Amino acid sequence: MGTAKKEPLLRVVKHAELSTRQSIGLRVLAVVLALAVGGLFIALIGYNPFEIYATIVSGCFRSPMAIQATVKFCIPMCISALGVTLAFKMRFWNIGGEGQLIMGAVFASFFALFCSGMPHLLLLAVMFIAGFVGGGLWGLIPAACREKWGTNETLFTLMLNYIALYIVTFLRDGPWRDPEAAGFNKIARFAPKAMLDKVFGVHAGWIVMLILVVLVFLYLKKTKQGYEIGVVGESRDTARYAGINVRRVVLRTMFLSGGIAGIGGMVQATGSDITLSAGVAGGVGFTGIIIAWLAQLNPFVALIVSFAFSILVKGSSVVQSAYGLSTDCADILQGIILFFIMAMEFFIRYKLVFRGHREKLPVKTAADTDAASGEKEAEEK
Amino acid sequence: MAEQEYAIRCDKITKVFGSVVANDQIDLDVRYGEILALLGENGSGKTTLMNMISGIYHPDGGTIYVDGRAASIQSPLDAQNLGVGMIHQHFKLVNIFSAMENIELGTPGKKLPPKVLRRKVEDLCEKYGLETDPDKPIHAMSVSEKQTVEILKVLYRGARILILDEPTAVLTPQETDKLFAILRQMRKAGCAVIIITHKLNEVLSISDRVTILRKGKSYGTVNTAEVNVSKLTELMVGRAVTLEIDRPKPEDPEDILKLVDLTVRRKDGSVALDDVSFSIRTGEILGVAGVAGSGQKELCETIAGLIQPAQGAILYKKENLAGKTPRELIEMGISMSFVPEDRLGMGLVAGMGMTDNMLLKTYTQGKGPFVDRAPARAMAESLVEKLDIVTAGVEAPVRMMSGGNVQKVLLGREIESNPDLLITAYPVRGLDINSSYLVYDLLNEQKKKGVAVVYIGEDLDVLLQLCDRILVLCHGKVTGVVDAAAVSKEQIGLMMTGESAQEVMEYGNG
Ligand SMILES: Nc1ncnc2c1ncn2[C@@H]1O[C@H](COP(=O)(O)OP(=O)(O)OP(=O)(O)O)[C@@H](O)[C@H]1O
Ligand SMILES: [Mg+2]
Repeated sequence: MGTAKKEPLLRVVKHAELSTRQSIGLRVLAVVLALAVGGLFIALIGYNPFEIYATIVSGCFRSPMAIQATVKFCIPMCISALGVTLAFKMRFWNIGGEGQLIMGAVFASFFALFCSGMPHLLLLAVMFIAGFVGGGLWGLIPAACREKWGTNETLFTLMLNYIALYIVTFLRDGPWRDPEAAGFNKIARFAPKAMLDKVFGVHAGWIVMLILVVLVFLYLKKTKQGYEIGVVGESRDTARYAGINVRRVVLRTMFLSGGIAGIGGMVQATGSDITLSAGVAGGVGFTGIIIAWLAQLNPFVALIVSFAFSILVKGSSVVQSAYGLSTDCADILQGIILFFIMAMEFFIRYKLVFRGHREKLPVKTAADTDAASGEKEAEEK
Repeated sequence: MAEQEYAIRCDKITKVFGSVVANDQIDLDVRYGEILALLGENGSGKTTLMNMISGIYHPDGGTIYVDGRAASIQSPLDAQNLGVGMIHQHFKLVNIFSAMENIELGTPGKKLPPKVLRRKVEDLCEKYGLETDPDKPIHAMSVSEKQTVEILKVLYRGARILILDEPTAVLTPQETDKLFAILRQMRKAGCAVIIITHKLNEVLSISDRVTILRKGKSYGTVNTAEVNVSKLTELMVGRAVTLEIDRPKPEDPEDILKLVDLTVRRKDGSVALDDVSFSIRTGEILGVAGVAGSGQKELCETIAGLIQPAQGAILYKKENLAGKTPRELIEMGISMSFVPEDRLGMGLVAGMGMTDNMLLKTYTQGKGPFVDRAPARAMAESLVEKLDIVTAGVEAPVRMMSGGNVQKVLLGREIESNPDLLITAYPVRGLDINSSYLVYDLLNEQKKKGVAVVYIGEDLDVLLQLCDRILVLCHGKVTGVVDAAAVSKEQIGLMMTGESAQEVMEYGNG
């Protein structure tokens, strides 16, 4: 019975599923709000927010070089988002994109460093495959363990990120150390033959990215294997019922998921860094998760979202050099935007109800309907 | 005001989901000390309406009055504070916790000492005539025990208005009787009860009044004492329906599947099927009767290749199928269809549309890596037409469809593959009377085409009318296979409790 308990000031209430248009609207609102609050922050530290925002955008597009740099940021982000998209479709919570990307780079680097005698195109092809296999194996390990012993894939993939990172530092400080490097330990620069060619001023990774976007889209939407991923993700029992070999689908999909991230690592190392460094992933594997999620696992949307993210990254580095705003400020700005977007994901599912809201609303409707029902009763009589 | 006596009064409640008007200006009322049955075809909006009273959805229009006052129910917590409790078809219990812990879980305030809590639970049990073991963990409980815990949970929170959504769908007749005794006790104690059920004899036996919904609109309320089964059907469907099930004579039945000394163990090692032997024949419906959990589920899943038997053989035209996976069965060209008990969890992909669900068993057909969706879409569209399926579209997720329509999708797909053998587990569970008869007709149609049909059922009246032979299971053992025309309901009942067919038949004749 309505025992008078003290109602909390704020409560979280789940609301019915929103239409697509409403949820897109909310997301746009999130970006606008984020820009507003970010602007407030910029104003607080004594700059003109409009100018700064204008610089961010113009900074990315002011010259062909700037555009190329922006695209360069976009490539690894988008590719790793595509990788996790596959796993997430299967409800396999792969947060090891970072490690898979690194291992792809490691495998590819082996050939770049030690087999550079091969002809250029052959070498690139071998490195490409090596990157794919390296990332794929790194994705396969947690999948195999989960299928065999029921390990938790989230923790497992997360841990493997650190192992991959330390493998690189181990190689850098040990077997693969460049003896000619003065100062800090590092791995030698790749031979020119092992470098990805440039197309329109950006390394060919962007072509790889575009092809992957289309391939992943087709794979998920049109192929038998993509269909299997969807079924396994929804219900393993249904998959078994339909005669799908669940274990094989999980292993195959995680190999592909890791493999795509590995391609991202190969492209980054040979196209952008021209060496293998511990910063080859640089958090891109995690950004990829956010991107895939914001894109609702749609590869084309992931491409757009990645590009938006790269504008932010590139633009804030321009702001940094133009205004002397420290990198930290740029990071804060990014953080604010991310915060709002993630918060909006929450509001797409839930709403907040304030104390008192409840008493106000029904009194009015009650009076209205009371009158109405009074009339009805009168009629009935 | 006259309103005061109503526990709940819904006034012109409207709820729209996208393009579907699930509830269109519905009126409903229930008093304290009364049991109201809510009746309507599948998809008529019963669950939606109840979900609004219990705070899961919010109405788009209209007002809900609780105890005569307009209430804004924003969440299940609000409903709880107003004394409303709902028991959903899918239980919301924590498996590893005991009954007592589940009952207390989520109540505000400090945790009570176990002794005090146990007292409170026992008092409640006594007051309403419930039986439960407060220390038993949920995972060790049968469906009906779990349901009792759900009821206790709601009562513990002080509910005086109780809503039950198809509570009897998963119960055996005996368990249903027990539940009804509890509900009557609650009525006596002054509670208001709303119960949804598709079984008309249950409506007649338990309720005081019946409110009928038709296609999202309320179609009036009648006093139970003034109606009978055919009247209720007519009110619900809108026309008179013949309530007789056809039983065409089987035409030269032949053994198609022979189970020989089949023993199956459950995951926990217990014996689910114990040395079972029988045969399934073409052109005939074989009914399987038994108390819930007597091995029916395992029987189906073993034949379908989902469980490996521990011993024994399944012979299909002299070939042993035991231990083959579903994929291997398909590759061997065995055309078997299986309509599992858990429709959305096993038979269908809940988040996909009808088209993609049609693909489930055929997507591997055709060369190349791509799936061809065109035939699946055509099939989905033709099923919608043929079986009168109500859906927002063949691409709308089947999860959004009402129970009856979900079953039509599943059964339709399985029949469409032209099987030689059709296994159906509780195919009319949760279906309204009209849809149930549609299913019986579909099964009979298959039988006439020479398909061997297995019908796992719980309603003995239906089993006796529909099936040619009835196999009775008790604790995983076959207590007999009898001719449905020559056996009575009581005799089947005895066999379900373990007496052999021979004993029962002699007893019946003697
Ligand atoms: N969350 C939802 N989103 C979209 N449509 C919905 C949703 N819930 C229900 N519906 C639609 O509303 C209608 C009424 O559904 P509801 O579940 O209330 O029927 P019901 O009377 O309980 O049927 P059943 O007897 O089969 O359980 C159906 O057409 C259903 O498809
Ligand atoms: Mg319902």
